Amino acid sequence: MSKNASRTGPSTPLIVACVIPILVVLMALPRFVDVYQIQLFTYGLIYAIAALGFNLLLGYTGLLSFGHSAYFGLGAYSAAFLVRYFGIGSIEVYILFGLLVTGLISAAFGYVCVRHTRIFFGILTLALSQVLWTLAYKFFWVTGGTDGLRVAFANLTLLGGLIDFKGRNAYQSFVQSYYYYVLFLFCVCTLLMWVIVHSPFGKALQAIRDNETRAQFLGIPIRRYRWLAFLLSGSFTGLAGILWVPLNGLVTPDILYWPFSGEIVFMTVLGGFRTFSGPIVGAIVFNYLKVYAVASTAYWQFMLGAVLLVLVLALPTGIVGTLARQFGKFRKRG
Amino acid sequence: MDILIIQILNSIFYACILFLIAAGLSLIYGVMRIVNLAHGSLYALGAYVTAWAIGTFAAGAPLWVLFLLLPSGAIAVAAVGALIEPTLLRPLYNRPEEYQLLITFALLLILEDVMHFLFGGVPLTAGAVIDSMGTIRILNLRYPVYNLVVIFIGIAAAVFLWAVIYRTRFGVILRATSQNMRMASALGLNVKWVYVQAFALGCFMAGLGGAVVVPAQAAVLGMGVEALILAFVVVVIGGLGSLEGALIGALIVSFVRTAGIQFFPEVELAVLYLIAAIVLLVKPTGLFGRA
Amino acid sequence: MNLLETVNLKKYFGDTHAVDDVSLTIAEREFVSLVGPNGAGKTSLVNVISALLPSDSGKILFKGEDITHASVTDRVKAGIARSFQIVNLFDDLTAFDNVTLAIFSRQGKTTNLTALAHLDHAVSAEADTILGQFNLVGKRNERARDLSQGERKLLDVALAYALRPKLLFLDEPTSGVSTRDKGQIMDTIASVVRGEGITAVIVEHDMDVVFKYSNRIVVMQQGAILAQGTPDEIKNNDQVAMVLLGSSGPDAFTRKD
Repeated sequence: MSKNASRTGPSTPLIVACVIPILVVLMALPRFVDVYQIQLFTYGLIYAIAALGFNLLLGYTGLLSFGHSAYFGLGAYSAAFLVRYFGIGSIEVYILFGLLVTGLISAAFGYVCVRHTRIFFGILTLALSQVLWTLAYKFFWVTGGTDGLRVAFANLTLLGGLIDFKGRNAYQSFVQSYYYYVLFLFCVCTLLMWVIVHSPFGKALQAIRDNETRAQFLGIPIRRYRWLAFLLSGSFTGLAGILWVPLNGLVTPDILYWPFSGEIVFMTVLGGFRTFSGPIVGAIVFNYLKVYAVASTAYWQFMLGAVLLVLVLALPTGIVGTLARQFGKFRKRG
Repeated sequence: MDILIIQILNSIFYACILFLIAAGLSLIYGVMRIVNLAHGSLYALGAYVTAWAIGTFAAGAPLWVLFLLLPSGAIAVAAVGALIEPTLLRPLYNRPEEYQLLITFALLLILEDVMHFLFGGVPLTAGAVIDSMGTIRILNLRYPVYNLVVIFIGIAAAVFLWAVIYRTRFGVILRATSQNMRMASALGLNVKWVYVQAFALGCFMAGLGGAVVVPAQAAVLGMGVEALILAFVVVVIGGLGSLEGALIGALIVSFVRTAGIQFFPEVELAVLYLIAAIVLLVKPTGLFGRA
Repeated sequence: MNLLETVNLKKYFGDTHAVDDVSLTIAEREFVSLVGPNGAGKTSLVNVISALLPSDSGKILFKGEDITHASVTDRVKAGIARSFQIVNLFDDLTAFDNVTLAIFSRQGKTTNLTALAHLDHAVSAEADTILGQFNLVGKRNERARDLSQGERKLLDVALAYALRPKLLFLDEPTSGVSTRDKGQIMDTIASVVRGEGITAVIVEHDMDVVFKYSNRIVVMQQGAILAQGTPDEIKNNDQVAMVLLGSSGPDAFTRKD
């Protein structure tokens, strides 16, 4: 029975042994750090959800999308529209509506994109995300243009209205409660994604990634599965966008612009796109990198590009991949 | 009626620019099977270098000096390409395609900020060139002579490329390497050298596009990505790896864009993508592409 | 009723008649070898029947049904499977995962994204059984790319076999393998195929293998069938010997080393 876990990943007891302490620390975090740090870390968790979704396509299906900002932005704008045009404050409604919108659009975009080879796939995803950006930019009377749309936490409610943020210490209470809310959803997403990639469907995706022809000759419908992966991927990233906007307070077309897609690619490659936890680690590390780097230089894109270059040439398996290999070597020696 | 003619001329003008960029992209892909995501940024670099050179050295200089400096952008970009290929791209030829895309994407990010650093955030122009050449009378309106010169350059470039690829020994080598790299290598061709040359030539075309457009349109940050996407729409419609495809695709895209700006200004970009999406659905390899 | 029947099947590449008006029937439980010199059209014929290549004209009937225009996945679902001459595996998955994938696909479980694959004990057990039949149990948890050439060849066949096909095409299953391993590999494949009563068509160059295992041999040349018959009939067919070996006579097919 213990041989069931394939040797190409850590064993289940090891995973559980690592995850539990981490969860304990995360749950206790607000006791040890100040409000600013909690908020920062929440951003990291949100990016982690986005990267997790993105990597279903890249790491597991072998499709490199340069337009994932589209789904993140759609999620964010969906929530913002609910605020602006319907005065809704319940985050659960944002999530339901946002997932519906993101799901529909990623289904449509996916239908067009997955018919193509990897090169054209990437360009199509980029082009489609740029269409959304132009729309957000140009239809300013709907989207607020470059001024954007506000989503104030004062009107936000969690758990169907049970928790709101009016009154004393509203901001502090918001950051703390929101952290736990996002942490919970992050855990749910991670678990969901873990099940998906270890399911028969997930194996089929990896087969398509490794050898499209053979997958076909095993009776696997390539295009349909790629489309499904695209839909799931867009939805996860869309959820991240929905969760992002109350924290950020504002959504502008910048979130749809191609550099943000690039950041999602970067954080996934940074962590290691051939591993499950790579995108999570990469997103969290990237979040801190960005905050401290943007503070010190105006040439943030150059830094991003230079680090990506080094990663591709020297550390293609990213942080987690490289650590895993070192750990494996260490185990063999000891 | 006059306005229609002006619009047509403008479309052809813009088509020439697009052709230069797309032809370079197609050439690189055709020979090396590399999709260069930084291609648009190289076009932008060509525009910036030319505008800077003209602004720095030729303020108030006679026309022939301006024209001498015009190709500086193209040459600079070709040099950059010749440097990039052996150092950054060659190590990845045996790796999965994603890595190539990632590294050219990294180049895009780097180049955008390099241009920001070198040339600042202010648009650079080379309007002096257009002004020096004056205008010509077309029916009742005046049209810049420079634009006609660019159209001429575009046609000349198309003919030149066609001649190089189909009528010279170098062209035969290019085509042989693109069809069967291993065979070409086995026959004694120095594939590495062919690749550098092909890449440099492709970059030269992109840089030339930028150099040539900058008198009419200022060099601004972000022009690279916009051009990249349009160039890709061109090769999608025309077929990746095809010279005729780049030409026809450029004409189609340019005319649609002009019409779009005229009639549907908000969604002109969306109309273009719609066309690209339709072409991809109906004939995935493009009008002239091979599978 | 014949299991497979091709009727005037043609596949031309310009002037090259890769498959030239081939009418072939395969009955159930047959072990047919497809032989012929290089370029005879053996692999092209298999490629057309398995839908890797579309035919230009003619019909393909499987269990009486016309599958000429059916897609790859439809033919797989109907019961046709194949292995590949150049090994075609999921290199980054383990041997075990390779086989379970085939089983999941066969059972239509690959749309299931809410159950953990390795918890499906029935599938795991079946995969282990198949790996056992192909002598790959020891390599169960190794990535496919880390296996030896002979093991990869066996795994390639195992994947096709895991689909429990009615008709199995094997494209040079022993090519690229050392002579010593060839025998073992063919023995393994033949015993599995015979044991389950699977109809097999094997493209092969090694005449020793062909004579030992087939109950019918089909000789192709330049896209068309030159001759077909039992091993004895073919051995004594001088025309075939000329085409395959360049010489004829009673000792033509005996190994001279």
